[in-house]
Amino acid sequence: MEKISLIIDNASVEVEKGATILQAAKQIGINIPTLCYMNLEHLNIENKPGGCRICVVEVEGRRNLAPACCTTCMSGMVVRTNTLRVLNARKTVLELILSDHPKDCLICPKSGRCDLQDLAVRFGIREVHSVENAEISTYRKDASPSLLRDMDKCVMCRRCESICNDVQSVGALSAINRGFHSVVAPAFEQDIIDSPCTFCGQCVAVCPTGALTEVDHTSKVILALGDPNKTVVVQTAPAVRAALGEEFGLEPGTLVTGKMAAALRHLGFDKVFDTDFAADLTIMEEGTELLDRIGRFLKGDKTAKLPILTSCCPAWVNFFETNYPDMLDVPSTARSPQQMFGSVAKTYLADKMGIKREEMVVVSVMPCLAKKYDCQRDEFKVKNNPDVDFSISTRELAALIKQANIDFASLPDEDFDHPLGESTGAAVIFGATGGVIEAAVRTAFELFTDKKLSRIDFHELRGLDGIRTASIDFNGTAIHIGIAHGLGNARKLLDGIRAGMYNFHAIEIMACPGGCIGGAGQPLHHGNSKVIEARFEAIYREDAAKPIRKSHENPYITKLYEEFLGKPMSEKAHHLLHTHYFEKNKI
Amino acid sequence: MSTFTLQECHKNTIKEICASFHNEPGELINVLHKTQGAFGYLPEEVQREVAKYLNISVAKVYGVVTFYSFFTMTPKGRYPISVCMGTACYVRGAEKVVDALMRELEIKVGGVSTDGKFSLDCLRCVGACGLAPVMQIGDKVYGRVEASQLKDILAQYE
Repeated sequence: MEKISLIIDNASVEVEKGATILQAAKQIGINIPTLCYMNLEHLNIENKPGGCRICVVEVEGRRNLAPACCTTCMSGMVVRTNTLRVLNARKTVLELILSDHPKDCLICPKSGRCDLQDLAVRFGIREVHSVENAEISTYRKDASPSLLRDMDKCVMCRRCESICNDVQSVGALSAINRGFHSVVAPAFEQDIIDSPCTFCGQCVAVCPTGALTEVDHTSKVILALGDPNKTVVVQTAPAVRAALGEEFGLEPGTLVTGKMAAALRHLGFDKVFDTDFAADLTIMEEGTELLDRIGRFLKGDKTAKLPILTSCCPAWVNFFETNYPDMLDVPSTARSPQQMFGSVAKTYLADKMGIKREEMVVVSVMPCLAKKYDCQRDEFKVKNNPDVDFSISTRELAALIKQANIDFASLPDEDFDHPLGESTGAAVIFGATGGVIEAAVRTAFELFTDKKLSRIDFHELRGLDGIRTASIDFNGTAIHIGIAHGLGNARKLLDGIRAGMYNFHAIEIMACPGGCIGGAGQPLHHGNSKVIEARFEAIYREDAAKPIRKSHENPYITKLYEEFLGKPMSEKAHHLLHTHYFEKNKI
Repeated sequence: MSTFTLQECHKNTIKEICASFHNEPGELINVLHKTQGAFGYLPEEVQREVAKYLNISVAKVYGVVTFYSFFTMTPKGRYPISVCMGTACYVRGAEKVVDALMRELEIKVGGVSTDGKFSLDCLRCVGACGLAPVMQIGDKVYGRVEASQLKDILAQYE
């Protein structure tokens, strides 16, 4: 790669040809402020519309200031990033953005984590001069089961638009109108629930302000915990334990499984369980379904649909219901682990505890916003009583812990309760892309071949590349596996399958980049790929440390089938653990 | 919401327009320009069809339609009236002409008369400043228009 050198703030710097001034400055420790700019290195996605003008710098010989995020370095360029002219321009730009922005920061859900607020602090803004026509807009609030849109707080950075269109290929959002009236919205300004939105929530994860936030259920959970007539049980998803610590200042990748269980008990949950138990259950059902389809396929049964697609990810389910209505019989019918847990808790567990389902409240802690939509689907209710009452995000759990005066970092480790708290290493890796299919392989291999696996780690299935493929030898039968994370990658695989290009037996798909560890309910990573990598490693560390690492060896799963469900794919299992899909005509 | 129902022939028109631009997403503005020429406006259903052929999201199409003031989602009258509000026309009384038209037709700028006959819009400079103030009805240009003549001009349209 050709190198060029330039001078920034009197210091000489050498960069690769094509680098931007922003990148060059960063290389020598000069941190130019940005707002609309977003760089998701692990996805190879850069949002640099150059629209906000917060990053302007002075380039010698140029009449106008240049936006550092999208100005390419030239050999011999002389750049100054902090002249009076630059500082004044940035301040004016920020004041203009603030001129029609609500000033309710004290009670804004993004307060303390808002990029705009950070800039106002950094620039020392103490007043905002009035600007003609700068009315604070009163755009209607749009509340869906998962996301809240408050377009009064939109600064038109268009990060959400990039992630929704370029990364996820969902195409629910676009910038509309112009001037003070411009916002990001679905087509025809319909509500987000009527748009092709999958509730993956990645727009929330990248929004710099409070314009896009999750629906907050913390107060409902507090009310339930205070109700003496309710037994409140909680389940925590695998990816939560690898990220929750970040909210309390712990290093990314710190595993806080034990502290999390202790904190949940402190919060007053009657039983502290683990979604990982339901992940093991998912493997029993999904794995059996996989083997059933492969078995029939190998015998020449034309009705056996292959490949089988995983169905644990509710945003992915929404995506194929909307975009691939002709392929509704391809995914596994297994419900998401969250819903399997809820279903088992309100039947098997409620019976064991001698309470009615109405007396039990099931709360789930998820790295995910689509799970909020998942748990309110009509299919997952019995007489209008949902299997899972409230789904809260990792961030919401952190907020609950902070509100309850718990010093999280100094909590001693505790264990989950039984019987729905026992899990294997196979369940833990559900939290990372490739994990579900690896867990399925560990079980399906042994059930298919009747032999013990000689190795448990399938490194060929791991990694952070968007689309991955591998073939696993099932004792002479090669099982072809595909993995995609990020819905844009999923679309590529699905289009290939529709066109008959692939011969996969099984495919794992996760809507969020990185899998659940990169979920929209996780602590904000601000595009730092090191955070995602650290969580990824933490998940596999937890797996390696587990005494049992195959789902079918979980003794409490065996017991559940013996006492209650019969066998995988039994009628009862179908009724409680499987679902059906609906065509959603939303394009 | 519009009450436009897309007929098979409309779909063919849209298909042909998109095909004439090789269904190229980058040609969206040109496609919309031609489509509006064919239908007079761009109702929801038409935007959905365009999105389908160009293989882009409906949200993107709607974004472009709402960004450019040239595009409209409300139907025009059979005889669309445009009054030039460029500098020359403005100083020679174009605003009075617009006011008189609004009174006469009982509509606002951007609106359509209840019988669907006339719609009223303002535009910038048609390049006939010597004739200011200028008004267009359909393709016909009227120069040196005065408010008092409007009744007679409108009466010529059946």
